[in-house]
Amino acid sequence: MSLPKLLVRGALAWSTRITAGLLGFLLAGCQARVLDPQGPVGVAERMILLNALAIMLCIVVPLIVAVLGFAWWFRTGNPKARRLPEWSFSGQIEIVTWSVPLMAIMFLGGIAWFGSHELDPGKPLSSEKKPLDVQVVSLDWKWLFILPDQKVASINSLVVPVGTPVRFALTSASVMNAFFIPRLGSMIYTMNGMVQKLNLQADHEGTYDGLSSHFSGDGFPGMHFTVRAVPQAEFDAWVEAARGSGPALDENAYTSLARQSMNVPAATFRDVAADLFDRIATQQIPPGPGPDQTDPQSKISPKAGG
Amino acid sequence: MLGRLTLAAIPLDQPIPLIAAALVGLVLLAVMAWIVFAGHLPYLWREWITSVDHKRVGIMYTLLALVMLLRGFSDAILMRSQQALAYQAPGYLPPEHYDQIFSAHGTLMIFFVAMPFMIGLMNFVLPLQLGVRDVAFPTLNSVSFWLTATGALLVNISLVVGEFARTGWLPYPPLSETAYSPGVGVDYYLWSLQISGVGTLMSGINLVTTILKMRAPGMTYLRMPMFCWTALASNLLIVAAFPILTATLAMLILDRYLGFHFFTNEAGGNVMMFNNLIWAWGHPEVYILILPAFGIFSEVISTFSEKPLFGYRSMVMATMAICLLAFMVWLHHFFTMGAGGDVNAVFGVATMIIAVPTGVKVFNWLFTMYGGRIRLDTPMLWAIGFVVTFTIGGMTGVMLAIPPADFVLHNSLFLVAHFHNVIIGGVLFGGFAGYTFWFPKAFGFRLHEGWGKAAFWCWIVGFYVAFMPLYLLGLMGMTRRMQHYDDPTWHPWLIVAAVGAAIILAGIICQVVQLFVSIRQRASLRDETGDPWNGRSLEWSTASPPPAFNFAVLPEVHGEEPYWGIKQRAHEQQHLDNTPDYEPIDMPRNSPTGFVCAFFATLVGFALIWYMWWLAIVGLLGAYATFVVFAWRNRVEDVIPAETVARIDQANRRARARALETLEVAS
Repeated sequence: MSLPKLLVRGALAWSTRITAGLLGFLLAGCQARVLDPQGPVGVAERMILLNALAIMLCIVVPLIVAVLGFAWWFRTGNPKARRLPEWSFSGQIEIVTWSVPLMAIMFLGGIAWFGSHELDPGKPLSSEKKPLDVQVVSLDWKWLFILPDQKVASINSLVVPVGTPVRFALTSASVMNAFFIPRLGSMIYTMNGMVQKLNLQADHEGTYDGLSSHFSGDGFPGMHFTVRAVPQAEFDAWVEAARGSGPALDENAYTSLARQSMNVPAATFRDVAADLFDRIATQQIPPGPGPDQTDPQSKISPKAGG
Repeated sequence: MLGRLTLAAIPLDQPIPLIAAALVGLVLLAVMAWIVFAGHLPYLWREWITSVDHKRVGIMYTLLALVMLLRGFSDAILMRSQQALAYQAPGYLPPEHYDQIFSAHGTLMIFFVAMPFMIGLMNFVLPLQLGVRDVAFPTLNSVSFWLTATGALLVNISLVVGEFARTGWLPYPPLSETAYSPGVGVDYYLWSLQISGVGTLMSGINLVTTILKMRAPGMTYLRMPMFCWTALASNLLIVAAFPILTATLAMLILDRYLGFHFFTNEAGGNVMMFNNLIWAWGHPEVYILILPAFGIFSEVISTFSEKPLFGYRSMVMATMAICLLAFMVWLHHFFTMGAGGDVNAVFGVATMIIAVPTGVKVFNWLFTMYGGRIRLDTPMLWAIGFVVTFTIGGMTGVMLAIPPADFVLHNSLFLVAHFHNVIIGGVLFGGFAGYTFWFPKAFGFRLHEGWGKAAFWCWIVGFYVAFMPLYLLGLMGMTRRMQHYDDPTWHPWLIVAAVGAAIILAGIICQVVQLFVSIRQRASLRDETGDPWNGRSLEWSTASPPPAFNFAVLPEVHGEEPYWGIKQRAHEQQHLDNTPDYEPIDMPRNSPTGFVCAFFATLVGFALIWYMWWLAIVGLLGAYATFVVFAWRNRVEDVIPAETVARIDQANRRARARALETLEVAS
């Protein structure tokens, strides 16, 4: 490897390390979930975030210091400052002012280009283990998780085996939402009549918060869920327990579930209809209903018939 | 008769909006009563409401922006205090109310604060800088303003009659469709923006025409002040982008009113089409706002460094590059909707490319300061505060432009912090800098420096205290628009953010006091010469406030910075240029067309929101009749006789001659 390349690498590594150190210091005491990822996707995204920040700080910090420095040094009251009242052009400086941002952007553009392809949410994760399929439906205002192979489903809580890739297929029963588990990485939107793909993996056991990160109406802030990453055996046990308890999830049960409700507690379902997700995604089951305007408790203005 | 409007539409069960509206109503009534009883109404009607003078229209735009800033900021205070209280608690604002507040906050701040602020300053300054007497279409200008005011009025009516949208400031379907938002909220949003959008589009056409067709003799493109260039770029963007907004909202209106299916879940509607269209307008909109601010800072930094702008041609190129690139990046607003690696990568890189001309601008401002004689007056403080703050905002913007980084930051409070970082630090600081800079030109006296500086420090400290925690919260996984939350680690930072908002409130109070004190002390703050800051462009060559005709004789322009050249010449010759030959000047007549049109537009908007079809037809007919009356008018212009022009100009020349003598004695 050539010397300049090494220097650039070294500088980048160091400034990333310094940035990370400073941020770490700053963030001590608060849980910066995005900077403390528990899976490969989140780890890669954190790296990109910190690299980009480090590259830009190399320009931004000197720039800010120079702005403040110039403003102070060239103030009217400073007799030592050299005044250049006519000076307004310099070819050399112009070249620098165009090329410095250009070079930084070439760097960052490279990161963006490779990162977008490498971390495309639809791209399967490389792993020896067979991925777990999870179908996700955002409802007003709760999350439905269907494990098609296990034929169980849950509301506002998801259990996955640790170290196993999870292959999500996502849709929405009504309005848009975005599915996001900050500790694991990439979010993705859910939309009615469409299926999105997302691949994530938890490398460490633990309970991670998930939420909707796109506003979807009055019940939106209650649309959070927990993801428990557990050893395979515990996962299997959980599946067994879910199979033996709770109500069945057929189309009727789903239809009543799809009605608007807020701050719904976690629950599980057994005997999930095999094609339920596909029928939702292809709109064979019609989209979930909106608010009922005739309800006297309705918060809509104007009230119907009023 | 009243459509779906009944007494039940008035939210008697919600004390906060009612009390707020009652207070605002009382203040308005008091002001109106004072105007009527003190006999100011004829003056107001003659000189302001019916005025087609670009300066008056510009001032009214700015006033509208500042008043709406108070409303938008009260929403901000409500949100910050709600989030500070709503940890494992419902807070004091129920979701259906909180959702209206953040939607109204965004809508007001973008459409009725940032837009009229920038358009107002452009309106006021452009003809003066270009050395001409008015904009290309003066009456149209008045119509534009009053239609914007109509939009603002409708949004505020929603506070007490019905509700406002609960969808966020961009009503993404299907949430904004009738199925999920059956109330009048989205309809208020749609009609306010349709009506004011027409005004904005006409204003854009007007200002583009003014810049392209109406410059003083010798004012070639490459002699125009930087602000004219950025205004040109901004208005070109308005002309190209606002029709997209109008069309998109029209499609949503068809969905909601006539059962169309552009964006519904059913019958082949396509929600992604809305996202693409709204951001095809929405991203250029960001540059529509920031470009004039860039221009203001270029003027301010150059004037207060007592140096020409560094790299003027580079700046022109950068401005036009931003104007073009603004249209090529819209998809970065929804990287997380699964467009795929190639599409995301292209739009990510395109977004970053905009950072290049922007970076060039920042460097050029830096080198404009280098070797200068920098006066740290309030406008310059805003400019320095801007460069520092905006650079940070630009950096976080580039981070969000990297698709995989956006995958974990999109819609989080990190994003909220970023766009407040560039809109407050860029657009709003730019507006404040321009307001302080051109206030003496508009009213003939400067704003009080002490209160101005106090306001600046409160704003900048408040900004950092309010928004830096939001960056952190974004990294902690907190998303935007949460009415309540259960995460204990978020709570302390939200309290800090609320404190920041309180500090900004102190800044706003300082600004109100500043205006009050400045008016009281206007005698001692008087600007006699019309050139209080030792300016460089033509607006400073005329009196403060400028006469209705701006320039007694249209200035001849011989280079960049024409007024600086005139001053240098006067210095060398030790006297002003010779007295010109005065001629009578034709000025456009005032016209109530704008106000009357807007009155009917308000009726139309309100009627359509509440399904009062007969009233909508009456309003449309009224607006049309107003146009017909205007088109059939007999007298278009009034003549100002040469003697009047001479008398007004001589007074200003005497003041300038005195100033020149004092300078000569001093040096």
